[in-house]
Amino acid sequence: MEWRWDWTWELVPRFIDATGKTLVAAGGGYAIAIVLGLVFVLAQRTPSRILAFVAREFVELIRSTPLLLQVFFVFYVGPQFGVQLSPWTSGMVAIGLHYGAYLSEVYRGGIESVPKGQWEAATAINMSMAKTYYRIIIPQALPPAIAGMGNYLVGIFKDTPMLSVIGVAELMHTANAVGSQSYRYLEPYTMVGIIFLVISLPTAFMISRFEKWVRRKMGM
Amino acid sequence: MTEDMSQYPLRLEGSNIPMVSFKNVRKSYGPLVVLDQLYLDIDAGEMVTIIGPSGSGKTTVLRMLMTLETINGGVIYVDGEPLTHMEKNGILVPADVKHTRRIRSKIGMCFQHFNLFPHLTALQNCMEGPVQVLGISKKEASERSLELLDMVGMIEKKDQLPSRLSGGQQQRVAIARALAMRPKVMLFDEVTSALDPEVISEVTGVIRQLVGAHNLTMLMVTHQMGFAKDISDRVCFFYNGSIEEQGAPSKLFENPERKRTQQFLNAVLEAN
Repeated sequence: MEWRWDWTWELVPRFIDATGKTLVAAGGGYAIAIVLGLVFVLAQRTPSRILAFVAREFVELIRSTPLLLQVFFVFYVGPQFGVQLSPWTSGMVAIGLHYGAYLSEVYRGGIESVPKGQWEAATAINMSMAKTYYRIIIPQALPPAIAGMGNYLVGIFKDTPMLSVIGVAELMHTANAVGSQSYRYLEPYTMVGIIFLVISLPTAFMISRFEKWVRRKMGM
Repeated sequence: MTEDMSQYPLRLEGSNIPMVSFKNVRKSYGPLVVLDQLYLDIDAGEMVTIIGPSGSGKTTVLRMLMTLETINGGVIYVDGEPLTHMEKNGILVPADVKHTRRIRSKIGMCFQHFNLFPHLTALQNCMEGPVQVLGISKKEASERSLELLDMVGMIEKKDQLPSRLSGGQQQRVAIARALAMRPKVMLFDEVTSALDPEVISEVTGVIRQLVGAHNLTMLMVTHQMGFAKDISDRVCFFYNGSIEEQGAPSKLFENPERKRTQQFLNAVLEAN
């Protein structure tokens, strides 16, 4: 079996299209995860013990079960409770939930890295709790969290193939489709691998550059 | 153990009410009693210094007043109104957030480790409270802050982040930040303890200025005995969670009555 360049070139437009869709799925999932993670971590830190308990257990539940199961739950079980979502939306919601739980732990680490004196200084200028988070704590919690947030961005990107099982036409789904039509798998799977590498590696590099830039900018 | 709150007035009344009043205040961490039956009145415009060995509860007094610590008994009044409590159906109940913030707005504090916001410049540190908490315009907040930075001699460093400033400079910015909120009461918690000896006078100099220029009530915890003696109207010696002795600095430093005060002062003199 040899590599067929002519066919490879023929496939390129389809894979470019699928790459776009993969990035959208990853980006959408990440956006949801960033917000949900913040909700989870703030809920865990509220004075309400019940809310904190529920949030903590929910995060534990999500972190202790596979993403694939959560994808199936949102897509197949959701409709039985009247929540009907397209494969695309289901996929992004599941990814958002799953990684939101992980990101909440990253945020928690970041928030706990802010010295107690910062909270006290905010109290001393009579700041409200909401503004203390928004103006003082979160800006300082972010730089130490960037590395972890970046890791999960790459992680989400690499987990998008799981969405192929519910029919999201991302890269893996496309490679499978091409393979089953032509019975040639070498080229499509290799291309998928290369595309993931080409995107993941520079992203990881950029994130570490970004982290250094933010730290310098903030005088840390 | 519930306390009978009806023994405390809903507010202090009369012609000469103290700016700060601790009434029968108690603070404990579990079984460890840090302060017990503390009664301390500070008059408007008065400069009171608290001295004492470590663990005597002196920093806790400031932290309770700033509401950084809850109290386990008694009531603290600020400007005649209860700080730790509020009136509900004719009796004092623990203060809610809204009440706490209203009364707390009269108090400002400087810390041993400065606690400047590291992501904001010196000027932004001073403007943060006025803009975000008092809601005044950026222009006005900036004018007010620049004036204060000028007063503490930090106008040239206004655009620097705290990490680019020395300890003494950071502490001076922190004083400006606290004053920008226009508090009636200023608390200084060992503000020179983390500084190198040669820069201590930068900070004590600023505090000296405040004594003369503002009608501020000040409460200070310090280990700088000479400084305390110079500028205080009154000095309180704390020992083991209560006030062992208090009085005018000349009296307390030169003619202490209590044996523990003498021992403490001797020990401090020895160390210097």
